[in-house]
Amino acid sequence: MTSPTAAVGHTDSRLTAVHSPARPSGGSSRATLRLARQLLPYWRRLLPAGLAAAGSELAAAALMATASWLITRAAEHPPLASVSLAIVAVRALALGRGTLRYGDRLLGHDAVLRAVAGFRTRVYEALVPLAPAGTPAFRSGDLLTRLVDDVDAAQDLLLRVLLPTAAAVSVGLAATVTAWLLLPQAGLLLGLLLALAVLLVPAAVLAVAHRTGREQAAARAELAAHIVDLTEGAADLAAYGARGRAVGRAQDAAARIARLERRRALTTSLASAVLLLFQGAALVAVVHGALRAHADGRLPAVQLTVLAVLALVAFEALEPLPAAAFRLAEVRERARRLAELFDTPAPVAEPADPAPLAVDGPVAVRIKDLTVRHRTGGAAALNGLSLDLPAGRRTVLLGASGSGKSTLIATLMRFVEYEAGSVRVGGRELRDCAGDDVRRVITGMTQDAHVFHASIHANLLLARPDAEVAELREAARRARILDWIDSLPDGFDTVLGPDGTQLSGGQRTRLLLARALLADPPVLVLDEPTEGLDPDTAAAVLADILDATRGRTTLLVTHERAGFTGADQVVTLDGGRVRAAGEPR
Amino acid sequence: MKPVERRLMRELPVLRRHLVNSTALALLGAGLVVTQVTLLATVLADGFGGHTVAFGTPAALGTVVAGRALLAWARGVLAQRVASDVKHTLRERLTGRLGQGAPLRLATGRHGETATLLTRGLDTLDPYVTGSLPTMAAAGVVPVVVVGWLFATDWTSALIVVVTLPLIPVFGALVGMHTARRTARQWRLLARLGGHFLDVVAGLPTLRAFGRAHYQARRVGDMADAHRRATMRTLRVAFLSSFVLETVATLSVALVAVPVGLRLLDGHLDLRTALIVLFLTPEAYLPLRAMGAAFHESAEGVTVAEQVFAILDEDEDGERGGLRDERTPVPEVRAVSVRLDGVGVVHPGRAAPALDRVSLHVRPGEHIALVGPSGAGKSTLLALLLGFTRPSAGRITVGGIDLDRLDMDEWRRRLAWVPQRPHLFAASVADNIRLGRPGASEAEVRQAARDAYADAFIEALPQGYDTPLGEHGAGLSAGQRQRIAIARAFLKDAPVLLLDEPTAHLDPDSEAAVTHATVRLMRGRTAIMVAHRTSLLPYADRIVTLRAGQVDSDVGTVVAGLAGTGHAALTCAHPVTDPLGDLVPPRLVPAEGPMAS
Repeated sequence: MTSPTAAVGHTDSRLTAVHSPARPSGGSSRATLRLARQLLPYWRRLLPAGLAAAGSELAAAALMATASWLITRAAEHPPLASVSLAIVAVRALALGRGTLRYGDRLLGHDAVLRAVAGFRTRVYEALVPLAPAGTPAFRSGDLLTRLVDDVDAAQDLLLRVLLPTAAAVSVGLAATVTAWLLLPQAGLLLGLLLALAVLLVPAAVLAVAHRTGREQAAARAELAAHIVDLTEGAADLAAYGARGRAVGRAQDAAARIARLERRRALTTSLASAVLLLFQGAALVAVVHGALRAHADGRLPAVQLTVLAVLALVAFEALEPLPAAAFRLAEVRERARRLAELFDTPAPVAEPADPAPLAVDGPVAVRIKDLTVRHRTGGAAALNGLSLDLPAGRRTVLLGASGSGKSTLIATLMRFVEYEAGSVRVGGRELRDCAGDDVRRVITGMTQDAHVFHASIHANLLLARPDAEVAELREAARRARILDWIDSLPDGFDTVLGPDGTQLSGGQRTRLLLARALLADPPVLVLDEPTEGLDPDTAAAVLADILDATRGRTTLLVTHERAGFTGADQVVTLDGGRVRAAGEPR
Repeated sequence: MKPVERRLMRELPVLRRHLVNSTALALLGAGLVVTQVTLLATVLADGFGGHTVAFGTPAALGTVVAGRALLAWARGVLAQRVASDVKHTLRERLTGRLGQGAPLRLATGRHGETATLLTRGLDTLDPYVTGSLPTMAAAGVVPVVVVGWLFATDWTSALIVVVTLPLIPVFGALVGMHTARRTARQWRLLARLGGHFLDVVAGLPTLRAFGRAHYQARRVGDMADAHRRATMRTLRVAFLSSFVLETVATLSVALVAVPVGLRLLDGHLDLRTALIVLFLTPEAYLPLRAMGAAFHESAEGVTVAEQVFAILDEDEDGERGGLRDERTPVPEVRAVSVRLDGVGVVHPGRAAPALDRVSLHVRPGEHIALVGPSGAGKSTLLALLLGFTRPSAGRITVGGIDLDRLDMDEWRRRLAWVPQRPHLFAASVADNIRLGRPGASEAEVRQAARDAYADAFIEALPQGYDTPLGEHGAGLSAGQRQRIAIARAFLKDAPVLLLDEPTAHLDPDSEAAVTHATVRLMRGRTAIMVAHRTSLLPYADRIVTLRAGQVDSDVGTVVAGLAGTGHAALTCAHPVTDPLGDLVPPRLVPAEGPMAS
């Protein structure tokens, strides 16, 4: 099970460069340890997997060692009985090796997938208080996809780094101990060279990967940006005769990547070569020592070959280490981003002792001198805004992009914190209440509303799980999408693709609107419910909304400039405060 | 080899060379392994026999191992360089192809995916080039060399190897075929379950809005568990192939070692031969076993290669290339009319034509507004004039010359296009304005920005005209983006303007600013604008209503003017101040925060 980002030299979208500048490797090492610690609770499953992995490698090494003992002993022409045990052992190990390997891979994958399932839940729980304003991931599909890929770092860490390393180290240890028992000096020598190889080779790989990784990431981000320009901006480029130049820039970036990769090839292949050199040194040194010991009569002839074979197989077991180290370099980056996520403070602090918020029927919202900043010390997105949403009245909110309309909705839904001022609903100050309670009272259709890869029925029911079929149909009718749903072969059971990709802009908007209407909260907020509709439909839908929300406290954000004559109050936001409140124009 | 692999080989000579080089290096490597094994066996047998071992043999052994290390390094460097060359070639071809594809189809495609394919996606070819291909080459020659040497050393053992060796590919293929069928059936379920986490995380703001976030936390665990169970069902079968291969390979070692030991007991064999056989036998199976793993690792890269070829093979329907030499020069468009005569456009896969027998006569300097409901064909008409779409019926002429016969680059040099959602490029503000005239001076850029009422907000940006514009022009509002696009048009100074609702979806303040800028831009130029329900309508000389791809004969064309005759006045929601009079600089839109509306 390779993750989609399996290759060495994992790239980043250009957004990475902006949002997460590379940190010193110390931070990512700590983050990797932390990731490993988060997987510790699964040790009951992971331990057998590790044992099977080590067992399968040990069986392979023992097979060669026993076979070499068998052959050398046989050369001394002893009676058959003295080698019969070795013959049985060779056959058993030959059979056992494959079986253990099979068990190792199954146990390993099962344990790792269990650990990843648990880890996903933890990442999800860490993300809950951050959605949508606490992390940039919710504003970019690319970042979100990468975040989900990053969670698979846990899988890579276990399956491709820790398990192979554990197996390699256990073979190395077993070989060292056996060699030490046969000839202490050979054991010491082998152990020393193995330890050096195990420590040096991965360390060198990590250093190289760290040094070249950053340049690579920058070059790739640049290429990705040019590709987005070439595709998304294709029409603009063609109309302005600038395609040739844009292609040239992208190809320059591609050439830069190739240059970096060619340079990197010189160092990345060194790891396997160095391991071979270590193996050669160990072989020559052990054989040399063993020969002298044999000549001195300190070593029986049979052990001569066994020692040589031990030196060979111990280093053969280290072969997966360079690949594991490259994988670790990648995992470190991903672990660092995950650690950042776990450390991100929630944008809204939940009160320790939340005041109960029970609302029945229409309710007023009183906003006074509300100030909101997205970054401390940054510009105020809402700057002393005062606004009353009278109970049972429909307020239309207009204003330029950046005037604070969506920020107001996010504040009312407790997705962003307010710095000063007050918002009171049902006699309670919002920040004294639990966020979940507030969203039971104030909710609706946000700008980032998501269509789930599930049936239309499930997508709507999300807003009110106990809704009856008739209520569902009524909400769909009011959003003017019932006819379309009924025209589908599977009706409400039609499964929508990932993020509703097969829906047109208008269908998507109307589906989201139907969901908000089904929720039917005491205070309904709708952020641009007519976006993406053609002007005639937009006007009609707007009129329908105003009709459907008669008698309910409603806050409607829109860009439309006509069709809201049915509103009770029209307010324009400008620079984070109300410019003009009054009768509809 | 799959067809796509054969095509890679055919189209990338570097890969064919790589296969030849890998074969040569594998032969060399096999030779070194045989030498190492022989030397080691000799040293050990001599030591066993009580002979003194001269310094020469261990030294030779060390040299051979060093040679193997050097070879391993060279093999790695060469393979990685080939991988880099392959990716570079494919990136060049893909970007070149993106520079020629139908602009409108590209612009509506999934850009993130293409960018990912060209960066991260192509990296999945690495295991194919550095792993799978060299292993294939090695599997072809190494067993032959090893078995040959075994025959020369001890033909009975060699015979055992020769008999068992083919079992690996045969069993591998049998198990592989079986698992492929099983995994194909599981694949959709796995993809669905695997995608669940991304879907839920993407929808987290929505789940929170409706108080369902905590309920879904349980579902995340459940779905991951279901994913694990489905995956394990597949893996139990898939790992069988590696089980069979491993077992055949290790059992063969036992099959060779035990008889050798028994023959040693009887004294029919000397230790040196026996050790050579023991050490060499696993080397015969090694490349074949590695092939199984390499095949799995490279599967993703082969899929990516298929995606790459799919893009390269897309037919170029929108853009016309080549034949430049025979093109007619473009007439002076400031003096001649542009005519559409009975033009029809049919989009592939659509029953109803996008445009049907549309005729329109655009005189030089005339301002024509196209109105009509969405889907009536307004944007298609602009796409025709831009050469993004070709008419399937009728003809378009410029000064009597068919548009098809004109040099498209030359013709577009005379057009300035302001789309509904202009794309801002990953470059500075100044370079974004320079799009149509890369050589324009700073002063000219600033003048264009002033003309488009964009200078004030640009100067308020952190680095002014040097501010880089991020993906999707992050940091600029829709109105500001429009004014950058208008500045582009000013700088290009083209005689014909094509405007696609530049003021749609803007808030009233931005709309006023963009309207002022657009009206100034239209002065002295021919303009065809899509202007349904927008503030630009009063500035049209003529209003053409399109309905279902046809010019609406009931409304026909309405002659409008600055005074605003009936139709124009009715459809315009917010009349703006006389643009030719005293212009008030538009209000500045404040910089956006992360949650800005």
